[in-house]
Amino acid sequence: MRRAVIAFTAFLGGLIFLLASGATAAWAEDEGLRGTLQNQGQPVNGVKISVATEDGQPVGEATTGADGTWEIPLPGPGTYKVTIDQSTLPPDVELRFKERATLTLPVFEDQKRTALFALVPKGEGGEGGGAAAAQPSVWERAAQLAFEGLNLGLIIALAAMGLSLIFGTTGLTNFAHGELLTLGALIAYFFNVTIGIQLIPAAIIAVIFGGLLGYAQDRYFWGVLRRRGSSLIAMMIISIGMALFLRYLFLFLFGGESAPYADYNAQPGMQIGPISATPKNLIAMGIEIVVLVLVGLALLKTRTGKAARAVADNPALAASSGINVDRVIRIIWTVGGAVAALAGIMLGLAQNLNYQMGLNILLLIFAGVTLGGLGTAFGALVGSLVVGLFIQLSTLWVPTELKTVGALLVLILVMLFRPQGILGRRERIG
Amino acid sequence: MDWLSILVTTVEAAIGLETVVYALAAIGINIQFGYAGLLNFGQAAFLGVAAYGMAVTVATFNLPFWLGIVIGLAAAVALAFLLGIPTLRLRADYLAIVTIAAAEIVRLIFRSVQFSSVFGGSDGRQGFADGFYAINPYSPGEYSIGPFGFNERVMWVLTVGWILVALCCVLVYMLMKSPWGRVLKAIREDEDAVRSLGKNVFSYKMQALVLGGVLGSLGGFIFALGQASVQPDLFSTEFTFYAYTIVILGGAARVFSPVVGAAIFWVLLVFIGNTLGEMVGNGIIPSSIMTVNQVGPVRFMLVGLGLMLLLIFRPQGIFGDKREIALDAR
Repeated sequence: MRRAVIAFTAFLGGLIFLLASGATAAWAEDEGLRGTLQNQGQPVNGVKISVATEDGQPVGEATTGADGTWEIPLPGPGTYKVTIDQSTLPPDVELRFKERATLTLPVFEDQKRTALFALVPKGEGGEGGGAAAAQPSVWERAAQLAFEGLNLGLIIALAAMGLSLIFGTTGLTNFAHGELLTLGALIAYFFNVTIGIQLIPAAIIAVIFGGLLGYAQDRYFWGVLRRRGSSLIAMMIISIGMALFLRYLFLFLFGGESAPYADYNAQPGMQIGPISATPKNLIAMGIEIVVLVLVGLALLKTRTGKAARAVADNPALAASSGINVDRVIRIIWTVGGAVAALAGIMLGLAQNLNYQMGLNILLLIFAGVTLGGLGTAFGALVGSLVVGLFIQLSTLWVPTELKTVGALLVLILVMLFRPQGILGRRERIG
Repeated sequence: MDWLSILVTTVEAAIGLETVVYALAAIGINIQFGYAGLLNFGQAAFLGVAAYGMAVTVATFNLPFWLGIVIGLAAAVALAFLLGIPTLRLRADYLAIVTIAAAEIVRLIFRSVQFSSVFGGSDGRQGFADGFYAINPYSPGEYSIGPFGFNERVMWVLTVGWILVALCCVLVYMLMKSPWGRVLKAIREDEDAVRSLGKNVFSYKMQALVLGGVLGSLGGFIFALGQASVQPDLFSTEFTFYAYTIVILGGAARVFSPVVGAAIFWVLLVFIGNTLGEMVGNGIIPSSIMTVNQVGPVRFMLVGLGLMLLLIFRPQGIFGDKREIALDAR
């Protein structure tokens, strides 16, 4: 046991070393106002934002950068008016609430306060939304949202497959799986931005690291706990501790800001039928599909894959029929770690990198896994795609900020009516 | 190194607002997890609906303060039923996922722009605590013993808070000595055996969930009143995880362990934070290793590490009994 702890410490030490020269934290020291302008997840640059005091004295101005961020330092705490210059918005973007172009915000001592301006594609804004002719039809919007939902669903599916297989083979509900995504994304960031390698080789390195770390986690940590006979609930809470530790380690090393990768940031969109997409979206989705198909084929066709499914089905029976259960579990952890790292990179490409990105998507991964049926690899795939599509398509009716609520409600309803999920079997819920 | 200020803040943390709030939340979790074996990972939502129930009643609808408390408590009970009815028949890990999801739903609704006219968006609600401070028996001024001291508002919140903590401890002690408590512990050990003895397991679990949620919701009131404001992000999932750390640190299924656990947790957190802050400030730790702003993350890294090490090496915590830990709960 002592050896395991030493090894784990060494593993974390290595992580610190790896990430240490990453972005240094730029944290609040004085008062300021800041924010990020995004339209459908893409940064909006070149928009002018100005701040004035409550009685109208101008304080400062800023223009959003390539990553959509802006920041205006303030002379001291107080109440300020933030105004977005709507004429500087790109022609196809507008404010969701046009009457909210000026926000009045109190700023406290040492606070860097975030001012939110919700942007939407032209025609979707509130207050009637302008001319009806420019408004895309419901079907066009549905197509666009379905495309975005598929994009999100594929990322969730990558992560969910690993989580589901690990659960199926070891019974561990791993709350630290989200952090494996963040880890992959941040390692790629380190090689891409700090060292300066192009993103694709950096991503390959990160995926290899992800796999190695998955292997090491099982070899030196979870495997040791399993052999010690730690109960599943104890291991679940240990994974929560691990998630906390890793998340704050990322905050320590990476800082609280969001940052993009160095490559593929500002790509011009393409119009394919009713769908507008950037090339990176399409390539990322292609990679995700290829990886998912490869993993699926490996599960169906190879000896190890069959063994993995057998272990997930019934570990004791698998062991007694001559399958080396520990070896299978280790392979699953390795592949799961690598695929999670890939999912993290794709997520970082689709949004931006943030130390909480894994935490924010973890519940959606759980939703996908439970919807498909805990422990089944293909169930996780189906469930994740459904969750992704549902989240995006639900924005046709519910406000975007509440789209996750819908997905989580579905998770609870599935628990109510079909706890074994779409592809799961009744007996799994015990 | 300013050891005096470190000492003062550390001692004040031992009895401060956070300790009271987390102790109450942890007492609730101790009933659910420690005694009944229920993995409720949505405790933050119970504090949240109670605090918001009170704040919204008073600040948004201008109703009296005591009605706010009643509505807050009712909201906590309603949440317990809403959560419990679908999930209490499920296995432990399913309950954990569903309760986390529910807590996130509650938080996202509180902070949404859509409902900001009611809940105040991410700024939350202020200006509801006047009714509480109007009945403050302490006259204005600083109440101090040596270097340790609080003003009259903090004194009033802490007095009420610690009285509530004491009452909750007495309640838990008496309940767990009663037949009801023995059934609860039996459910934790073997649900099927209890069922075969003719007990309605579902109903007992539901009672435990409601009771734990309501005791936790008292912490929500104290939190809201102590800060005179509520914000949605106070009630995040991490709040629940810290409360679990406190229960496990003190030792699950012991009456006083949540209180002692909360005090130790906050003393350590504040002590480590301030000591590291001083060391960085005085150049003992060079800024190439750590800046002042990185002290915060380090504290919570230690929380995560501590939680892991506790469960690996001493799952019964400080006071617990290893045979009485619900870690094998189904």
